[in-house]
Order: sequence, then C-alpha cells, then structure tokens
Amino acid sequence: MSEGFSITVNGKRVRVAEGTSVAAAMMMANEPCRLSAQGEARGALCGMGICMECGATVNGVAHQRTCQLICTPEMAVATG
Amino acid sequence: MSTSFDVVVVGAGPGGMAAAAVAAEAGRRVCVLDGNAAPGGQIWRGSRAETARKYPHGREFLNWRARFEHGGCALWQGWQVIDRPAPGFLRVECDGEGRDIGFGKLILATGARERFLPFPGWTLPGVMGAGGLQALVKGGLDPQGKRVVLAGSGLLLLAVAAGLQSVGARIVGIYEQAPLSRLAGFGLTLLGQLGKLAEGARYRLKTRHAAYRTNSWVVQAEGRDRVEQVTVTDGHKQSKLDCDWLACGFHLVPNLELPRLLGCRIVKGYVAVDRLQQSSAPGVACVGELTGIGGLEKALVEGQIAGWAAAGREAEARALTPKRQRLQRFALRMDRAFALRPELRTLARAETVVCRCEDVAQSALEGCAGWREARLHTRCGMGACQGRVCGAAAEFLFGWESSGTRPPVFPATVSTLAAEADAPQTARR
Repeated sequence: MSEGFSITVNGKRVRVAEGTSVAAAMMMANEPCRLSAQGEARGALCGMGICMECGATVNGVAHQRTCQLICTPEMAVATG
Repeated sequence: MSTSFDVVVVGAGPGGMAAAAVAAEAGRRVCVLDGNAAPGGQIWRGSRAETARKYPHGREFLNWRARFEHGGCALWQGWQVIDRPAPGFLRVECDGEGRDIGFGKLILATGARERFLPFPGWTLPGVMGAGGLQALVKGGLDPQGKRVVLAGSGLLLLAVAAGLQSVGARIVGIYEQAPLSRLAGFGLTLLGQLGKLAEGARYRLKTRHAAYRTNSWVVQAEGRDRVEQVTVTDGHKQSKLDCDWLACGFHLVPNLELPRLLGCRIVKGYVAVDRLQQSSAPGVACVGELTGIGGLEKALVEGQIAGWAAAGREAEARALTPKRQRLQRFALRMDRAFALRPELRTLARAETVVCRCEDVAQSALEGCAGWREARLHTRCGMGACQGRVCGAAAEFLFGWESSGTRPPVFPATVSTLAAEADAPQTARR
C-alpha cells in the first residue's frame, strides 16, 4: 500500500491509506456521520450501503453514503 | 439511452460472479450490475489481487474473477438498480446518471444484510453490525488495540471476531443469543460437512482467548458521544463490559427489494425457486442468500446453475442439483439454529428508537395494526433506508409482514426517476 494522503473531516486533517472508505476515515477522525431527525449524532451501522446512517456531505454534495465511497486526496467531508 | 444483453446479473458477489462467468463461457452476452465500489460482494469485499491470498477464500475470488473477466462480461460497477420501467428492462443509476438496460434473462444475486434489533443505546456511534464492522475494517478502519464486544447471532459473529483479532483488535467477548443445546445439535448435523466444521474450528482457535458465550445477549449500550459500555445478560445475571465498539447483528436476512419489485413469489422470507433457480416471475432467476442464508458455497453452486440455465444448458445445471440440495438443507438448519429468542422482543423501551431514519420510538409503534398504519401515522420505514433496517426488526417485534416494494428501490435523482422509459419502443415482447 502507498504512503496515503490526507483529507479533512469537519475541518480536522486525517491521513488515510489509499483505498480507505470515507466512513472509515470519519470513524478514525472521531467524528459522527449524520445528525438524526431529532439531532442525535449517528455513525456507520451496516457498512455496506443499505442503512444510510453514514450519510455525510462530501465535497459539497449532501447525503453521500460514505461507507461506499473511497477517499480521494484533499477530499472535504462534513457531518450532515 | 438503453442497451441490451442476453443475460443481466444484479450483484457481483460470489453468486452473481459465478452466474455471469458460466453464462458468458456458454456464449451469452452478459452484463453485471453492482452497487459497490468493487466486485466481490460482502464476503470478498476488499479482496484485491495483491492481498486476496491473505483473506479466507481469497484464492477462490481470484479464480472466479479471472473466469468472469475472461468470459468478457460487462461489469457496471457502482450502478444501482432503481426501477423496472417496462417488462424486460431495468432502470439503473450511477453518480446521478440514469440508464435503462434490457435483458433476455435476469439473474438476481443481491445477497443479504444483517438483521438489526433495537435495544437502548443501539443508535450510539460505535454500535455497528458485525458484518458492518468487518466491512469498515476492510475499508481501512484501523482496529489496532480497539476493545470489541460482539453480540447477536450467527456464524458471522465468530468469523468477524477471528478476523478482527488477526488484525490487532482486542475481543472482549462474543455473546450468542441461541442456546448451546440448539448449536450443539446443529454441530452434530454438520458432521457430514467437514469443510464447514473445519471453518468453525478455525474460528474457535483464533478466538480462544475471548469468551464465547451462548444463551447470552446484549441488553443495552451506553456512552456520552459514542458507545463506552455494554450490558449483556444470560437471562439471570447482567454484566457490564467496557468497550470501544459493539458489533451486533442477529443473523442475516435476504435483500428482497428487487425480487419483490419484479413479482417473485416469496415463501417464509425467501424467494421460492425451482431446481434451476427460476422464480415465479418469468425469466427471473434468484441465487445465493435470496433463496436461503447459506453462505459462499451455496451462492457459488446456485449461481452456476442459474448461469447454465440462462444459457439454455439444462443438463449442466441439473448436474449440480445434489450439491444444491445439500447446501439448501444446511441453510435451513442454520435458520433453525439461530432462531431468535422471545426475550429479544422486550429489549426496546418505550423511548427506544426503532426506525433510525425517522427517529420513530417503540411507543409510537405499539398501537399500530401493521406496516401500513405505522407508515402513515409515524413515518416508520419511510426514510432513506426505506425500511431495510426497521423492516426486519418490526417483523420480529410486532409480526408485521413487509409489504411489496415500490420504486425507486434506492434513493435516486429526480432526473433519473422522471426520464421517459425508452424501453417500450425497443421492447419486443
């Protein structure tokens, strides 16, 4: 595996290896994924793209299923 | 725009890959649609050529991938099926782009998901499915030194525990809700299936430092911002365990959305198929977990049967029947062994969220007569996951049968949904 690169999660810089999913990067940054209807912080549950709990805003696009998305250099991820 | 193939396969896990490879080798034009980032499904997730040999079953993956590629199958990776705009066509979407794809034969290999049950604290970050955590680790999550409690039901708990331990996680304990008596009986019936038994033994070996307790289940998870402590019980005594992650899934349930949309008959929670894997919907075959939770070997055999059948090679398909029957019996035994205990119905309290998408609490659902009323009055199952998580829970908690699937099967962009079906002009049925 290569050296990796960094992305930002809620403004925090995180270094990830190539091939890392965005949901995994968010967990390693200790940041929640989405906020529920009542404002509870939620994190990844199913890890395979069906539960939608790992939704986040990625490079400005809302409601991305982060467990199905692979990190790219300088990606900006935000809880949302 | 639309494109047509002799055979379209949905799902690039073992069942789908085997079906596609066999049909292509028999000379059919085959396309495989898969919603994940790479082929392999869940069991082969993260199996790249360089690393596959390190994973269990990795070599098998490489073998099937080679056959699949050699056969010249078109692989539409990242494409999600949204709808069936006309008979013989599927509407699919990737990155907001919609297309219609025509098929002569359709093989569904959409696999299974974990069954999740609500308990206090199950919505805390750090509480995940067992397969969910495994998938995240395969996706680069670093488990080094993390304290993990596994709970729920099924062989997956042991497989995940062994896998996590081998990459540096600390397994606090494994809590299987099924009683030992049922598992022991299950073990005996497995004597004829040495491969499976060896697999089980390997899990035990790798996890021998962790407690594997049967007749035990999770009662609640607690923590401020994320899970910090889990309470488990054996029905008499409760214990509290400190942990970083709780991996909790209650066996598996098939992903029936697409079979339902296409009108396949469902019996006792699985798609009813004949010996050639054909469902009640003409031209639609179903393989793997859709017809019974039986794992890798069953998916490969059923996939090959459906692939041969789609290519009109019935003799080759029928040669696999004895294997198929043995593996289907295994799947039935697994369902019985890991049947859910009634105590699990009482875990959720009045305020416990059952539908995570819409934050619907248990108390709001208790008075409802069924799914329809729950949807209309509480929005349960109406959120982004479309009931994929709470549906299986509500079926167990309240006995509500899932209703049919309505398109879109997956959240899609308005432009894809609104596109005119170009299918009817090209359809020749």
